Amino acid sequence: MNEVRRLLPGKQTSSSPISKERLVERGFDRALDYALALEPEEIISTVTKSGIKGRGGAAFPTGVKWSSVSKAEGSVKYVVMNADESELGTFKDRVLLEEDPLGALVGLVIGAHAVGAKKAYCYIRGEYREVEQTLARAIETLRHGGWVGPHGVEIEIRRGAGAYIAGEETALFNSIEGKRPEPRVKPPFPTTKGLWASPTLIQNVETLANVAILFAHDLHWFTAYGTQDTVGTKLVGLSGHIRRPGVYEVPFGTPMQEILDAPELGGTVSGSGRLGAVLLGGAAGTFLTPQEVKNTVLDYPSLGAIGASIGSGAIMVFDDTVNLEWVVTKLARFFAEESCGQCVPCRIGTKRILEMMETGELWTRTSDLRALGQAMKDASICGLGQTAPVALLSILERPELRHHA
Amino acid sequence: MENTVTLTIDGESVTVAQGTTLRAACEEVQHPVPTLCWHENLTAANACRACVVEVKGSRTLVASCSRIAEAGMEVQTASERVLNSRKVVAELLLSTSDASIAPDLQSLAAISSADAERFSGGNTWAQPVREDNNLYVRDLAKCILCYRCVEACGDDAQNTFAIAVAGRGFNAHIDAGFGRDLPESDCVYCGNCVAVCPTGALIGKREFDLRARGEWDEDKITTTPTVCSFCGVGCELDLHVMDNQIIKVTSPLDHPVTHGMLCVKGRFGYEFAQSEEPV
Amino acid sequence: MGLTTAFGSGAGTSAYEDFHHTAFILLVGSNAAEAHPIIFHHIMKGVHNGAKLVVVDPRKTLTTKRAHEHLQIAVGSDIALLNAIAHVIIRDQLYRADFIERATTGFDAFRTSVATWTPERAAAITGIETDRIESLAHRYAMAPSAMIGWTLGITEHHNAVDNVMALINLSLLGGNVGRPYAGLNPLRGQNNVQGGGDMGALPNRLPGFQDITDPAVREKFERAWGVSISSQRGWDQTQMFDAMDRGALRGLYVIGENPLQSEANSAHMRKIFSQLDALVVQDIFLTATGKMADVVLPARASFAESDGTYTNSERRVQRVKAGRQAPGEAQDDLWIVTSLARAMGYDWPFSKAEQVFDEMRHLTTNYYGMTYDRLEQEHGLQWPVPEEGHPGSRVLHERLWDDVVVDKAPFTCVEWAPPTEQTTAEYPLLLTTGRRLAFFNTGVQSNVYDHPHNTGEWMEIHPKDAETLGINDEDVVRVLSRRGEVEVPAHYSEAVNPGTVFMTFHFPDEVMTNALTIDSTDPQSGTAEFKAAAVRVERLNVVVDK
Repeated sequence: MNEVRRLLPGKQTSSSPISKERLVERGFDRALDYALALEPEEIISTVTKSGIKGRGGAAFPTGVKWSSVSKAEGSVKYVVMNADESELGTFKDRVLLEEDPLGALVGLVIGAHAVGAKKAYCYIRGEYREVEQTLARAIETLRHGGWVGPHGVEIEIRRGAGAYIAGEETALFNSIEGKRPEPRVKPPFPTTKGLWASPTLIQNVETLANVAILFAHDLHWFTAYGTQDTVGTKLVGLSGHIRRPGVYEVPFGTPMQEILDAPELGGTVSGSGRLGAVLLGGAAGTFLTPQEVKNTVLDYPSLGAIGASIGSGAIMVFDDTVNLEWVVTKLARFFAEESCGQCVPCRIGTKRILEMMETGELWTRTSDLRALGQAMKDASICGLGQTAPVALLSILERPELRHHA
Repeated sequence: MENTVTLTIDGESVTVAQGTTLRAACEEVQHPVPTLCWHENLTAANACRACVVEVKGSRTLVASCSRIAEAGMEVQTASERVLNSRKVVAELLLSTSDASIAPDLQSLAAISSADAERFSGGNTWAQPVREDNNLYVRDLAKCILCYRCVEACGDDAQNTFAIAVAGRGFNAHIDAGFGRDLPESDCVYCGNCVAVCPTGALIGKREFDLRARGEWDEDKITTTPTVCSFCGVGCELDLHVMDNQIIKVTSPLDHPVTHGMLCVKGRFGYEFAQSEEPV
Repeated sequence: MGLTTAFGSGAGTSAYEDFHHTAFILLVGSNAAEAHPIIFHHIMKGVHNGAKLVVVDPRKTLTTKRAHEHLQIAVGSDIALLNAIAHVIIRDQLYRADFIERATTGFDAFRTSVATWTPERAAAITGIETDRIESLAHRYAMAPSAMIGWTLGITEHHNAVDNVMALINLSLLGGNVGRPYAGLNPLRGQNNVQGGGDMGALPNRLPGFQDITDPAVREKFERAWGVSISSQRGWDQTQMFDAMDRGALRGLYVIGENPLQSEANSAHMRKIFSQLDALVVQDIFLTATGKMADVVLPARASFAESDGTYTNSERRVQRVKAGRQAPGEAQDDLWIVTSLARAMGYDWPFSKAEQVFDEMRHLTTNYYGMTYDRLEQEHGLQWPVPEEGHPGSRVLHERLWDDVVVDKAPFTCVEWAPPTEQTTAEYPLLLTTGRRLAFFNTGVQSNVYDHPHNTGEWMEIHPKDAETLGINDEDVVRVLSRRGEVEVPAHYSEAVNPGTVFMTFHFPDEVMTNALTIDSTDPQSGTAEFKAAAVRVERLNVVVDK
């Protein structure tokens, strides 16, 4: 199966990414004019029928979320684009915003209309300085078109300051509010009590770009790709021992092996040329054995069956010479450094895991690690602590990966 | 009934008022869940996670201190996952902080059969005591980062906002701003942080000194309720007296005037009553 | 005083808890965050629940820092502001006409009296812009419920009672009295100011604010006490000082007060105290006043070493108990007073405070339902408690919301008068006084514990004024008024407006602030104008150390 380009603009696209011409070339002007003329319920109904799921990692049905925010009580509502892309091995939102910033913004404007928000925020990772400039200019393009501004929705960019945790949606709200980015307890969910204690629609960049292309075309076009369970395409970020690292757009259902091997995609494993393991979904992801890679396709049910998830779409490839214990130690250090410190399981748990990895105890203290990992998954406040042990636990479940250790 | 919800806790059906937390509901049916950071007069911080329970249909365990009971919920307070989390939380804290005068943490450890050694041997919070004034002492080696002090100093009572959490991960700690000594900070010494601290990490100087000298003797301490003699607010003071010396002042948590909170004069200003100045 | 005149009892009309759920909080002349920190906790609970907090104060304080709005008013101009607010509310017809009709008297005269109090006129006096006055009036009047609180910034003026009346007028305009989440709240400065008043320690009252001029009241007490009671109003403190001055009062018994340092114009105080034939001082320390005494009676620290009750600012009567033994020969106030009585031929049958309390409650309806047991078990009770099973009263004057109001509340026309002393070329600055959080009054209680901020007294002066005078930050300066002078370190501070300086009287042994203050007093309440004295600030000759 070839690489698809729908979220990413086609290679022949000639206009500047932030220009009015680009809006026209991508059909986004049409999408805006069409969507903004609809009743909010009609937009939400279309999004629901499209089957779009959140692309930030949790895969929550987008239409359901929009409907919740729309129905939530409150005269003031907000929409937020989460562009705080900080997951290891994940750089799809950056590429998307560089190549086609108007798409996600168009999705944001449509979302604001659908839920009744007058104000939107783009929260962007602090290190993405150039992307931020691009985004700001793209917002100006929409302002000139009248879609952004006092009569439409106001969009403000907020920049993160280097904390991974700020990408967690409620921590992100705290950051926008000028507070320490600690995740909040849920419920209440952002849909009823989010930014400034108001109902808030928060979506990943890629999700919003999906909305834009949906309205630039139609349901029939949109649903042409994908599987029974998951419609559309997914941006994946290939990195590590792979000949053609980069961001690729592939339909859901594409075999994992093909993503690694297809000449227009990964172009096969580099290094020793022999696959050792794949870490799917970033630091909080799951290690897959070569056998699992061979037998699975990129789709939630298929991966779910082996305890894995697409997450943000990060695919880190390791050849068979890599010591995975060293990789796990790196991941442990990442989480220990990025834990906000609010809750006990994450604050101390990430530290203890790191210490055990540094002293080479991965395979000697499996029951302690399982108990600790389970407690972190069960009892941490937010996704960071809940997923911090996942990669480690996935190795423990796959003793065949031990020979690398 | 309109203003109530019915749920099951450990298989037992219970009807509670709308807005009741799972923690309170569990208490009502006498299946109490242990807590550390929860405090009856403070906003639940949900930081310690000792109070997690299992709710059917929920992917993770939920903090019972802040989760509101909903109709039809099926709650388990002692499932395998709950017991594991509770125990690990206790073990992680014991591996990090000095629990020698932390009764709540000691009892959590006991009821969860925690093995204090399991995760020990790594970094701890051992650090020098900070004695930078003569009213209260910061012995942060005992801190479990329950956030109670931050809330008492902030929105929940004092509204001074002198302290907050600084740093992140294992290095997150309570700080008066840029690592300053208290006299250089915004602290007004109300001592409400001391009043709510469950571990003795924040402790009155007098108590700290007596304990350090081995002279603090619970059996010799009497507690007498009275009323503060400073302004006209009328705060109840509980005078803790040992050898005819007031050594600590607290206020009852259920008192309608104080809710357990005092100002610097009420909490620390008692010395005049026992000063040696002859009449 | 003002509250007694308007409503028949001199006490706050709400409970602290009412702050939690009110819509609007107006604090006038109150730095609650420092002077009443725990009431401020209640106020901030209300703020976090959505109440708007507006603070009127000549200084920026820890309280104004948390307010939604701070009106930094010129010292002593409160009535101008309050009358103008009333003017706007009436002009724009935002008052509660139904309540005023049913429950108040004197509205027409009041309406006429504030007709000339336009925001423009008030702005010129208060220094607060007209649009802010208009906006405050509107927000106050539109709020479904409002609590008004005040402290000594209202009562330590020569027109203290008028100040309180102006606040009462505002509460009547909004119907903000006699119902939950609305009320008038004097935040009491001392632990038992309310209790003293409750017990009749006023020149014209018996316990429970019962009027001494009422023959039925006198008869009740005369029967119980077996003595006859004079129907004549006694002297208040100011009248006593005047009497001492002219030689009509020759002997004085002072219990737990340090007037030599706490009263305004201390030089004058020293003079009239030295004229006394006999001065008895009963205190826990040998205070400055005690040092002048002929007899000193060593007392016990009431909160820690003796038994009794205090009444707080929300009318809550609470038990005080001895937690430790008093030193040496110190005795309980009750023991001392009954011993004195015995020596004078009256063998009072009291050995315990509870006996006095029981006698009192049987003569005082408001207290009747209180017993020591109940007070202890129920964390105190808020009077009135007319029956033994009565839960106490959170709100006073609920009768104002009856269909037919018998005992109506009067509007009172009040006119503004400037502080007694105006600034002049010779005394170009206005000194205002107040408290700091960690300390209390003359420091008898608060200067003993080791507080890190215990660095003695200083004067807050605006940098502009200081620079004009050539004063550096931290320089020791001389402050002079028409009555005296002190030396004190000057601290640059933008908490005060130019033209105003601020000091406390917490450290009288080092800096006798009350040597400067003026003993001009309110004719009705007898309170002195601690809040406004004209002063001059001078550089000291700097000795350059070579």
